[in-house]
Parts: sequence; structure tokens; C-alpha cells
Amino acid sequence: MKHYDTLVIGAGHNGLVCASYLAKAGQSVLVLEANETVGGLAATREFHPGFSAPIAHTLVGLADTIVKDLDLESHGFKAAAQALPLTAVHPSDAPIQIDGSSVTGVGADDSATYQALQAQLRRFADALAPFWESTMPRIGSTSVADLFTFGKLGLKLRMLGRDDMLEFMRVATLPMRDLADESFDNERLKAALCWDGLLGSKLAPRSPNQAVLTVLNRMAGKHGGQHSIPPNGINGLMNALRTAAEANGAEVRTSTPVQKITVEGDENGQRISGVQLANGEEIKADKVVSSADPKTTLLGLLGAPQLEIDFSNRIRRLRTDGYVAKLHLALSGKPAFQGVANPEGRLLIAPTMDTIEFAYDNAKYGEVPEEAVMEVVIPTLSQNDLAPTGSHVLSAHVMYVPGKIKGGWTDAAKQSLTDQLIAQLEAHAPGIGELVEASELLTPEDLERDYHVSGGHWHHAEPAMDQLLMMRPTYEAAQYNTPIPGLYLCGAGSHPGGDINGNPGRNAAKEMLS
Amino acid sequence: MNIVAPADPELSSDDRFAGERLKLSPFHPRQAELNIRDAWSAWNGYKFADYYYEATYEYFCIRNTCGTYDICPMQKFLVEGEDALAMLDRMVTRDLTKLRVNRITYCCWCDDTGRMIDDGTIFRLDDNRYMLTCGSPCLAWLAKSALGFDKVTITEHTEQLAGLSLQGPTSFSTLKNMGVGDAVAELKPFGFTRVPFVGTELMISRTGFTGDLGYELWIDAEYALPLWDALYEAGEDYGIQPYGEAATNMARLEAGFIMPYMEFNEAPKTINFEHDQTPLELNLGWLVDFKKPHFNGRRALLEQKQKGTKQLLVKLDIEGNKPAEEAILYDSKGCRNQIGYVTSAMWSPSVKANIALAMIDTKALTGEIWAEIYHYKELRPYRKVAKCKVQDKPFWMPPRARQTPPGEF
Repeated sequence: MKHYDTLVIGAGHNGLVCASYLAKAGQSVLVLEANETVGGLAATREFHPGFSAPIAHTLVGLADTIVKDLDLESHGFKAAAQALPLTAVHPSDAPIQIDGSSVTGVGADDSATYQALQAQLRRFADALAPFWESTMPRIGSTSVADLFTFGKLGLKLRMLGRDDMLEFMRVATLPMRDLADESFDNERLKAALCWDGLLGSKLAPRSPNQAVLTVLNRMAGKHGGQHSIPPNGINGLMNALRTAAEANGAEVRTSTPVQKITVEGDENGQRISGVQLANGEEIKADKVVSSADPKTTLLGLLGAPQLEIDFSNRIRRLRTDGYVAKLHLALSGKPAFQGVANPEGRLLIAPTMDTIEFAYDNAKYGEVPEEAVMEVVIPTLSQNDLAPTGSHVLSAHVMYVPGKIKGGWTDAAKQSLTDQLIAQLEAHAPGIGELVEASELLTPEDLERDYHVSGGHWHHAEPAMDQLLMMRPTYEAAQYNTPIPGLYLCGAGSHPGGDINGNPGRNAAKEMLS
Repeated sequence: MNIVAPADPELSSDDRFAGERLKLSPFHPRQAELNIRDAWSAWNGYKFADYYYEATYEYFCIRNTCGTYDICPMQKFLVEGEDALAMLDRMVTRDLTKLRVNRITYCCWCDDTGRMIDDGTIFRLDDNRYMLTCGSPCLAWLAKSALGFDKVTITEHTEQLAGLSLQGPTSFSTLKNMGVGDAVAELKPFGFTRVPFVGTELMISRTGFTGDLGYELWIDAEYALPLWDALYEAGEDYGIQPYGEAATNMARLEAGFIMPYMEFNEAPKTINFEHDQTPLELNLGWLVDFKKPHFNGRRALLEQKQKGTKQLLVKLDIEGNKPAEEAILYDSKGCRNQIGYVTSAMWSPSVKANIALAMIDTKALTGEIWAEIYHYKELRPYRKVAKCKVQDKPFWMPPRARQTPPGEF
């Protein structure tokens, strides 16, 4: 039986990126994916015959380095020529639109301030950019490499100049609401600014934490923080990543769920020996790297008994509550949003920061938001293979929807929320209800089950200060290796975290090869 | 995993300090009668005797006749189920797979960084049934340790199970006189047996904390007083006498046993970096089995073993007769370079020596060791610098402690 250098668990984008780098360096690599297709949460999903959509409906922050290193363009990936605007719609008012550093539909003051703020955030983002692509230093370490990373961060910030550096220190952990309130008058502009920092997290505008850092992380890739959809879709990127991995010599097996990570031990201690598949087959390897979330990897596949006691309990305590539901609608025609000539790009239904905050308040106590906030995309406008000709797909990230609600996610509860969301959409796009042929609502509980991700959390572990940087997912596992020799992490639960940036996969491969 | 914790104390409208008051041991009614000095302190929330009449008198009972020491406040946990062995074996540093049914092992457990949390004993009651006893509350750590072990139930039964330690040369004769001599005669150290007693089961283990011949008796709390009465009736002619914390501390130091808050701090309770200890530093390397591929703290302990410990707990024989309590140790009589400190010290009446346990820089063990001792004579302090000699064997280890069948003194 073949003995691999490395087994990669999960063919999400990070698993594929990691596999590519390892295979490119000459390792024998096998990628094991539980689902039928590669891509994880970015894979396209047929939710109604002829109608498909990916869970992650736009691309933001994809590392250019990875596109170049893996020559993804030659494997079929094409970046979108243009980024998508964010349009904050309203049932009766004219929409406001954010496109890059310009914003229309707001007062002259807000418009000017927006440009200045974007320019400043751009400078911060540029200073931080190298750190998303670096392994974080170990806490308490005095190694030259670790001290160098710390020193470089200090120097980069210092080189921003005194004023920018102090301003960065001030806003880095500021609640989004404070940043918005001190900058703008327009309520919808404020809500939109919040949205881009909070999307995918368990935080609201008033939460002090890392939302500003998330904005800066998202600004690191192409299009400077603006979302985009490549011409052949998110799925096109996933296929390109798979092709690149295979071209570099990695094997990819789908529909191959891993049952457990196997360990062997003797008087020299423990070490990884490979994996056992759900069908009982055992595959041996020197190393195993998992793009599954840390809880699934360490407590599910490996098992707490193989780890140390405090460490395994830190993994147990990781905050992994997903708060984003996904709504898919199969539409018989193109919906018309009030005041929007062409519904391209992201349409935001979040009229005020309070609406966002109150939706979060409902969710905190296990309730469905009375008034949901959501980001709507019509992916069929950029990609023509997701629905029959003339038909369309509506894809919406709905916040804040908890994975566990009082009474549980019964069919009736899901139908009730679906009806509520369609009614909210109807207010912004009159007539849309008539176009709906089918719908699908995926709660975080559904995402957890279908995509094997703890809590259904997009980012595998809440991207908050206690679980970021050299604490991601927790100390002693923040440099991609784990306490057990031969086992590594390369998913969104590792630095720098979520979205489709690919850096966890790339950084992990670098560590494994060093 | 299933964790069964004791119920919280009930709130009472009659007593606003309910739940804060010291609990009474099941043996308390008898012990209170005998505590003629009312010398009470507390252990794990129980009212607990420092001494009953006079510590030295009680100490001599342990060494010359026999005495009883209340171990009801000791924390007791039942660990049961198919995963019980695996769960405990991963937690402690010793190889528990070697522990047979009806045998007991002394062991310790550490945090992830190899710092010691506590020591205690584990009884193998049956194939999948263990009892762990230790000096401090441990349920939270046991619950953390059980993460990922589905088939294990951990039940605290400190209050349900009464324990009484019977120690001293006449302890076997006392038990024999009580009618359980046959069951106990063949019991080797760290073995235990069960005998019928007043309609229930009495568990007798050949264990103790005095380094002498002795037993520990375990019974349902409701039968505590009948046990006490039978034991004291049987032991009357054998000089049975209760002893408290002070006498225990003397006896255990002679035996070379470590004591929490004297020789070691429980790792989760220390604030200052490395103000706790590893088993290697405590000279308990024999408890750490590196042949086991995995146990908590293994990586850190292995690294320490390879590098060597910076400090080591040793036994000291000190010249003169002034106890070196709280003494600081130096590498010369001039007391310039500090190399360690005394953790426990006493004049040993049985050994007739000035003994101590001390934590010393490993490097300094090859050189001279001097203790700077302060002692008082009628309120006036005196300073003395005394030469110390490291001793390997326990100060007190009489053959009768291990002899089987035991002598009938």
C-alpha cells in the first residue's frame, strides 16, 4: 500500500492550496474530501433542479501571491475584471452605492470623509499585508525568527508615521459603530461600513473587538477589499485549485470521508501514522494536515485522549457559533430592486446600525431576528451556468441567525423564517415573491452538517482577539503544527483566518516544508 | 463522560452561615469527646483536629502503639466504565495498566507543562472500577481529563465514604482483636481486602502516611460510629489513641513523604512562574513512566529529564538538634551563595536526628550544604549555621512496616 508524505483532510480552498504547495515541493500528497465535490463552503450546490449557488457567493481578499505561485490562471482561474459595488437599498429611498473609495447617494461631507477614511485604511492594510502571509510568533518564544516577526510588525506600524500609527492603535479594536458614528451622517452608509467588518462573525456594531482588523484583512487581496465574482464563478476558482494541485502531482479523492486520524505510540512518544476512512480503509503517511476546523480535527478526528488535558479543553472552548444563514431562491425572472437599475453586485438590506444590533440581540437569546439583515447577490448576472436561461438565482447571507434557536430548527421554523425573508425582499423588490419557484434556507446547523464545520461557522473559529494572530485557534497550535508530532492545521481556524484568501493553506505548507 | 458532583449545600433560613460552616466528619461525635484541648482547624471544609491532647504524645502512639487519623476529608472519587483505565492512565504519570484488581498505587498527576497538580492513591476496585483519593478537591480536573472518554462515570463520594487511618506497630493486633485478623494477615503493602462488618462491607487497605505498619479502613459513612466503637474496644489494650494533623506531619516527614503547601504547590493554584514543582524536581522520578507513549505533561517532563532539573528535593541530616524550619541553605558556612531552602524540618525523636526535606539547586548537591537556622530560647533569637548531609534512604523505614504477615506487637 502506498505511503504518502502528507495526507490533506478536506478539499476546501485551503486544503487544495496547501496540497498544491506541498506537491510542488516534491511531496507525495493525497487530498481526502468527504463531499462529492471540492471547494467546501465555496462549492456550488444545486438547491433546486437546474438552480445552483455556492455558499460563499463572492470572493474577497484572495491572496495574489497564491494566484501567481500556483499559476492558477493557467489552470482556468480568471480574476474578475471589475469588483462589485455594494448597494445599500431601501424600500422607498434612493439607494446609496459604494464602489471602491467612492460613495454615491450620500451628502458631500460623507462622500469626502469616505474617501479619506478609505485612503487611511488602505495605508493600514498595506502595513499589515505581510502578516497575513506570515507564521505568527510563538508566545514567550525568544527565537530569532519569532522576534523578527514581532520586530517587523513594530517597524511596519512605526513606518506609517506617528499620526497614522497612533490612529491605527486607536481604531484597531474599536467597535465598528464608533468608527462609523464619528465619521458619517448617513445611516445606511454607517450600516454598510459595519456590515463589511462584521460579516461572518458573532459580533454586532457595538461590539468592541477585531472588526476593523477584519476589514483590513479583507483589503489585502485583489480589488482592495471589494468583493468580486470571477467570470467562471467561485466554483471556477475551486476547480482551478484542484487542477493546479493535480498538475503539481497531488491526488484528490472526493466522497472519501475520514473517520479518524491514526496515531502510533511507543516509548518515544506519539506520532501521526495516517488516517482511517469511514469505509475502514487505512492510509499511512508521515504527516497529516487538516483543513477541517480545529474542533473537528482535534476533538472529532484525532480525539481529546490523544492530546493533553488543558490543550484539549482549550479546543473544546473555542468559540465556533456560526451566525450566518444562507437563503437560496430559484427565480423565474430577474428581480427589480427599488431604485436599482441593474442589481449587479452586493445589495445590502440593513437600513441602520440599530437594525443590525437588534438582529444580533435576538440571535444572542436564541431567537430569529424580528427584522433580518442580509446581503443579496444575483450570481446569475455574472455567471450563466447557475440557472436555466432567463431564470435567476438569488443568494443571500442572512445575519444574525443562530445555529440553535429556542424550540429547535423545525421545518416550520425554517419555513417561517423563509417567508419572513421573502416578505422583507418583497418590500425592496416588489413582485419578487411571484418569481420564486423554489427556496432553500440553510441555517448554521445545516451548514455544520453538510460541510462538516463546527457550529456552521464560516471562519471555523470566531475571528476575535482571543482567537486571532498568535492565538489562532489557540496557543500551542497557532503555528500550524499541533502538540502531536506530524499533525498540522491549514484551515480557516488558523492564522489569518476566514474568507477565501488561501493564506492558512499556504502558510501551513510553508511551515511543513521548513 | 458523566460527572456526578455532590449537591450544593442547602440554603437555610435559620442559619445565614449555612454552607459556610465547617462540616462534621462521620467520626466527629467520638473525636469531639476525645479532643480535650478543642484544638480544631479545617481540611477541605471539615472540622479537623490539629491534635487531641498533645502532638508529641500522639506521635509516640503512632510509633509505639497505634493511633487513628480521620481521613474523611480526603477527596474520594469513583471512576467507572470501559474507559476508566484509559482516562486515568492518560491523566497520571505512572503506568496504571500494571495495576491489578485489589491493589493500590501511589501516583501523581500534572498539568500540560508537567507541573504537579496533586498526588494520591488509586485503588483498582474491579476491572472497570477505580477509586482515586487525594488531598485536595479534584473533580474539576477529573472532568477536564475525561473529555473525549465517552464511557466513563466519575462520582465524587467524599461524603458517602468514611475513612479512618489506623497506624502504628499494634495496628494489626488491634484489627485481629476486632475479628478481621485472617483477612488482613496476608495483606501486603498497597493491597486491600473487603470483610463483612455489622451487616455492611468494610474495606481495609494496607496503606498510610506514616511509614510504619498501618491500615486504612473504609466504610459507608452511616456505619462510621459502629466501626469506631469496635476498633476502640479492640484496641484498648493496644494503646489506641486518635492523632491529629501535627503528629501526622511529624510521622510523614520521618517517612520522607511530601506534603502539599510544604514540599509542593498545586500547579493550578500558583501565580508566580514555576513556583510549583514537577515530579522530577520532587525526586518522584520513579512515578514517571516514560515508556508510556502518552500521559499528561509527558513532553515537558521528558524535556526536563533530558536537560536535568534545576532543583531537586532531598532529605537532609543536619548537625545539632535545632530544627531547621524555614532555613535557607548556602554552599558555605559564610552563607554567601544561596543554594536552596528547607521545606519541612524537625528533631526526629525516633531516629534521634535533626532531619529535613529541602529543595536544593541540583548543581550544588556535589558541594557543601549549610543551613542558616534561627531558633529561640525564652523569646531570645539565636542564629546557627549547621552543616547538612544529603541522605538517600527515608529517615524512618522499619522492617515491620513491610513484613507480611505483620508482627503482633
